[in-house]
Amino acid sequence: MLHVHSLQIGYADRTVVRDFSLDVKEGEVVSIIGPNGSGKSTILKAITRVIPCQSGKVCIADRELAALSSKQLAQMMCMLCQSNSSPSDMTVEELVSYGRLPHKKWYERLGGEDREIVEWALHHTGMHAYRERLVVSLSGGEAQRAWLAMALAQRPKVLLLDEPTTYLDIGHQLEVLELVRKLNKELNLTVVMVLHDLNHASVYSDKVCVLKDGQTCVYGKPQEVFTMELIRSVYGVETDIQRQGQDEAPRIHILRKIQEESRDPIESIGY
Amino acid sequence: MARDAHAYSMVKKGRNKAGLIAVVGIVLAVAILVAIGIGSVRFSPLESLLTLIGQGDDRSNTILWDIRIPRVLLALIIGANLAASGALLQAVMLNPLADPGLTGVSSGAAVAALFIMLVVPGYSSFIPIAAIAGGGFAAVMVYAMAWKRVGGFTPIRIILSGVAINAVFGGVIGLLSILYSDRLPAALQWLNGSLNGKGMGDVMVILPYSIVGWIAALFCVRKANVLRLGEQTAHHLGQNMNQVRFVLSLVAVYLAAVSVSTVGLVGFVGLVVPHIARLLIGSDYRFSMPLGLMLGAIVLLVADTAGRSLFSPLQIPAGIIMAIAGGPYFLYLMRRGGA
Repeated sequence: MLHVHSLQIGYADRTVVRDFSLDVKEGEVVSIIGPNGSGKSTILKAITRVIPCQSGKVCIADRELAALSSKQLAQMMCMLCQSNSSPSDMTVEELVSYGRLPHKKWYERLGGEDREIVEWALHHTGMHAYRERLVVSLSGGEAQRAWLAMALAQRPKVLLLDEPTTYLDIGHQLEVLELVRKLNKELNLTVVMVLHDLNHASVYSDKVCVLKDGQTCVYGKPQEVFTMELIRSVYGVETDIQRQGQDEAPRIHILRKIQEESRDPIESIGY
Repeated sequence: MARDAHAYSMVKKGRNKAGLIAVVGIVLAVAILVAIGIGSVRFSPLESLLTLIGQGDDRSNTILWDIRIPRVLLALIIGANLAASGALLQAVMLNPLADPGLTGVSSGAAVAALFIMLVVPGYSSFIPIAAIAGGGFAAVMVYAMAWKRVGGFTPIRIILSGVAINAVFGGVIGLLSILYSDRLPAALQWLNGSLNGKGMGDVMVILPYSIVGWIAALFCVRKANVLRLGEQTAHHLGQNMNQVRFVLSLVAVYLAAVSVSTVGLVGFVGLVVPHIARLLIGSDYRFSMPLGLMLGAIVLLVADTAGRSLFSPLQIPAGIIMAIAGGPYFLYLMRRGGA
């Protein structure tokens, strides 16, 4: 469904991501993890064309991304960011209706079908009861659900999430991730998300892609990817990993940080 | 059942907003009638109304149609232009304190118009075109200076570079005024944003340009609305952000430059009016844009009428009244955390 082929991305004269490839099948949930500055968010930005790639290509549903217009792109994929802003007088329903915008020409109004899709998006995210509420009055977790409903109203094939749980408490973190998993199962939606928490990545993804210094370290099922050696070499952290069974997601317990000199320094990347 | 109730409440909300626009329309009509009557010869609103519909006597016909009505019309048109320009700039810069004056557009247009007035006065019929070109040039400068390859435009950079470009053009205005001080008195009224001495001819020049601008502004409403969700979200919703910025800025610059070319520098209308409109009717530009057009007309009409009647027979330019009244309002907004 989403095919990324040897992407190189950089800012000015500095290359942040080199030779990054990723193959995501329809209906899969893939998490991209890695330390700060490893290029996780940069990759999502390149996939959504917020920043240009220096080389390589991205295909979605067998169509090359560079050939699509902004609108066509927005019809195929949608993005949920870690924090969003909305005007203080906008209701949830109004927000969700903006998800229909990529499907409208500049003079077209929302029609009956659009209304139905908005209803459908509200229904699937459990935001029906909140439709009249102001978006700014919602709690962090509810707000993320509302924005997710807007993204769903785009009727995308691929849902991208950039650290969607960063500003949430653990209860709301799980609520958002459970919802993403549910939407993935019910709608066969392909999901690519950047996460910080290793356990979230382990529990909620079919596959995990571990990045280090802008390159893929490993890509595979959580059971194969998460080993004590890998986490030590990527994050410089000693862990204990609990494995319940073949199909169970591994649980990672953080033990301690290893002294700096015993691992490769990671180039710090700022803006 | 729940859905019916919901649909009903949406209809009701829409009616409230339409009602508000109608009320402001009535206020506008009353303001026009009162403003027409104010002056060295006073007329009651009823007399003004009769003259307007062609039932006036010779004396009222002469005074109103030749002097007051053109001036009132001009105040209405310019006020609406500046309000729409400010609203679009605030949308595109994602900053409620953006204003044509703060972003270099007005002073760029002023330099171009002043150059023609002082240096080559024979070509005064080119003033509107030159002002649009000057305003456009200033805007391009501001945007080019604010642009960074990484990250593109940020509102704060646009405003900072606007301040700098404003200072340069302000210097050029000062320079021109000293070099051509013998011809300055005619230009001075204009520099202060005065509607004094304007006739129906001026109205007829600016009206077609303005109507084009208003229609363009109303077509920008949807793009301005999406921008309320932030540039990132607008991008993810399939908006070509560079195109959106360009189109909205172009219409805003056009409206501001057209206004400056006729009456000179009138500040703060573009800043204050969109804010009042949002306060009254909410942030949805489908409602706040038309309301802002009407409120802009009212605000400049009030400022101009106050300017010509408060210290009569002295004429205080509307730009000065707006600066004295608008400056404190700007500070009030800033203190309240509107920025």
